[in-house]
Amino acid sequence: MSTVSNEIESFEDPGTPAHVARAADLNPRSEKRAEQQVAILFALSGLGSLLLIYSYVFVADDIFIFIPVMGDQNAHQLGLGIGMAMSLFFLGMAAIHWAKTLMPETEVVNHRHEFRSSNEDREEFVKTVKDGVAGVQLGRRKLIKRSLAVSMGLFALPPVLLLRDLGPLPKKQLETTSWKAGTRLVTDPGNRPILASDLEVGAVVQTLPAIAEGEERLLSDIAKDPVLLIRLRPEDFQLTPEKLAMTHEGIIAFSKICSHMGCAVALYEQQTKHLLCPCHQSTFDVTRGAKVIFGPAARPLPQLDITVDAEGYLVARAPFNESVGPSYWERNSQ
Amino acid sequence: MTTAEKRIGAAANFVDERIGAAGWVKKSLNKVFPDHWSFMLGEVCMYSFIILLLSGTFLTLWFDPSQRDVIYEGVYEPLKGLKMSAAYASTLDISFEVRGGLLMRQIHHWAANIFMAAIVAHLLRVFFTGAFRKPREFNWILGIILVTLGLVEGLFGYSLPDDLLSGTGLRITSAIIQAIPLVGTYISFFLFGGAFPGVGFIPRIFTLHVLLIPGIFLAVITIHVMLVWYQKHTQFPGPGKTEKNVVGHPILPVYMAKAGGFFFIVFGVIAFISAVASINPIWLYGPYTPGQISAGSQPDWYMGWLDGLVRMAPPLETHAFGHTVSWNILIPALIVPGILFTGMALYPFIESWITGDKREHHLLDRPRNVPNRTALGVMSITFVMVALINGGNDIFATAFSLSINQIMWFSRIAIFVLPPLSFVITKRLCLSLQRADRDLVLHGKETGRLVRMPSGEFVEVHEPISAEKRWILTSHEQPVALEIEQIDARGVKRPGALKNKLRMRLSKAHAVAVPKVTAADLKEIEHH
Repeated sequence: MSTVSNEIESFEDPGTPAHVARAADLNPRSEKRAEQQVAILFALSGLGSLLLIYSYVFVADDIFIFIPVMGDQNAHQLGLGIGMAMSLFFLGMAAIHWAKTLMPETEVVNHRHEFRSSNEDREEFVKTVKDGVAGVQLGRRKLIKRSLAVSMGLFALPPVLLLRDLGPLPKKQLETTSWKAGTRLVTDPGNRPILASDLEVGAVVQTLPAIAEGEERLLSDIAKDPVLLIRLRPEDFQLTPEKLAMTHEGIIAFSKICSHMGCAVALYEQQTKHLLCPCHQSTFDVTRGAKVIFGPAARPLPQLDITVDAEGYLVARAPFNESVGPSYWERNSQ
Repeated sequence: MTTAEKRIGAAANFVDERIGAAGWVKKSLNKVFPDHWSFMLGEVCMYSFIILLLSGTFLTLWFDPSQRDVIYEGVYEPLKGLKMSAAYASTLDISFEVRGGLLMRQIHHWAANIFMAAIVAHLLRVFFTGAFRKPREFNWILGIILVTLGLVEGLFGYSLPDDLLSGTGLRITSAIIQAIPLVGTYISFFLFGGAFPGVGFIPRIFTLHVLLIPGIFLAVITIHVMLVWYQKHTQFPGPGKTEKNVVGHPILPVYMAKAGGFFFIVFGVIAFISAVASINPIWLYGPYTPGQISAGSQPDWYMGWLDGLVRMAPPLETHAFGHTVSWNILIPALIVPGILFTGMALYPFIESWITGDKREHHLLDRPRNVPNRTALGVMSITFVMVALINGGNDIFATAFSLSINQIMWFSRIAIFVLPPLSFVITKRLCLSLQRADRDLVLHGKETGRLVRMPSGEFVEVHEPISAEKRWILTSHEQPVALEIEQIDARGVKRPGALKNKLRMRLSKAHAVAVPKVTAADLKEIEHH
């Protein structure tokens, strides 16, 4: 299979161009000048090192100097950085200038050889390998072959098993949060319970489930528990009766953890009543039960069923009825 | 003999008598390296890797890779008294209390960005010039391994400080892992040591980031460079350059001095950028807590295109039999990049299958002379650029007063429309450039001198180009489309007809070219 056109008549290769001598090769004054230039570059590098040492030892880290364009700069940091940059950069420049102006620079031609080994070598190689394999006698010794296969199979298991204790099994952890029936919603930060009557229309509060005095929140709980409270006028809602029943006098509560990839859905737009996740811009319509109206999220934010307790503080009437946060294989989303 | 010569001689003798090094070292020192600015791109990769090792080692001396809670008592007032992880607190200490620590952190982060940028530039150079062709396919694949490792290493690196931004990145990482069907949840729990954010991830990725991955990097880079050494460098076509030779400077002294000097220049430039340009100011983000986020959360640029793909994905999930499959995560974050990287790794073999060319190649292609490949490269770049733009859609929206929805819809359409369009345009541009080459060889270059002929007509004088230039423009091979006999000698249809048909179609598309000038053409025109 020929793949390349056979040229009828191609041009002739004019060959490697003649060497052009440099100024420093011909003129002793140019040579002297090049030598001095290299020396100056080395000296600049040395100056840089000194600047670094000076800044490290003598310049306090609370002095700011004004540099045009850059504004106020920390003198200590700038001295260290510029010193280091100079000492390195000019060292490199000196070496290259030296090589380019003074070191012999004649071009050299090396030859290439095909990488394929000679046929004799290849045949000998094949023979050696075949002899070696034959010496192992795997073909004849069926018993060894089978036991080897079994032991190799088993051999692969321990390394995987040894990694088992990296972490606990998921169990129900992704399906549950700290919210229980009657858990008070408290402000985050602040841990103050919230009176429903204190929330005005348009108010947004980030909340967490109340915890006992002195108890510490785990980060893995903060990754699931945050809830956003938003108060709208009740007539703004366009909800199914079940979802409407989960609100309390215009106050609606959603998980703050994005149903896409678990970022905090932190941007609320008053005008449109949309919640926006800053990570991937999934947009949820609060009036329609955090329905996804834009972006990659495929499910609405889970809604928390809320009511008030005897003292008028907001509490969860029931835990979340679905998993909060991103999807996973075991999640039952039907 | 001077004393210095005697001493060096004695040392060399000591080594040579034990390992017989003089023979092969001598051969290596005569090694010839061709000169071209684009061959420095690979050097930038290697040098920034060394800079990463040096600056990274410095940082490990103070960094505490632990998610243990501490109360910050350092000098940075705004965060004083706050509860945070030891990882974050020690990163603050490196930034504010270790002299030169901030500089080193910035050098490390800038070097990582420059490392990835240089890898991409180097990869594109190798792709567009066809340097990946036989016998260099191994090195191409090693390169793909390196760029993939670079993505992971970078992600782990900027996740270590455990600030609000990096924690958000890890939250997304855990969601991607969780989205894997069957095993995702388990892998996530094992990696993080429990439910996100767990207790184990920072110390674990620290070990991977400073030990395991750099170890693999070091091994792969060593093989990569040794193969370049052993197979000798490719060279651009030019007078005196053939498939059988390599023209350039010997390693000693010129190449060594230039390469060594260039390392310091790369280091110096990175140090300068780090001295004047702040990067990843983690003290502004605060410690990580999953309930909070800052607007405009962006990964580093080399991950940005993946984030852009995730952002533009349609809201697709399959809910069936009590299970959930998140196509909105799987497709953009795992499947598309998987196809892209596998395709890249296999490309040398795909191209040689299309062209049927199984010969060794040491002379590089001028990109215009292989329009199909060049167009494919530009198409891939366009795809990644659209994704990258969408990855910064919130930044673009604020900078250009657009709505996020507009940019998102632009990207969703552009990701399908612009890559094929750029393919067509690039291919046509390549052919135009070939045509321009042809005209230049046939008619010479315009001199700008107008001459009035006796007949009154004005003509511009053209000057023939030099023999060297003509050689550069005409020495390439022009591919011929494959012809595969579909019916064998006995009149029986061969198997694999569909495959052969596809191969012939691709081969034909690959072989499209403007006929280059031959000596006969030029002679003919001179007769006129």
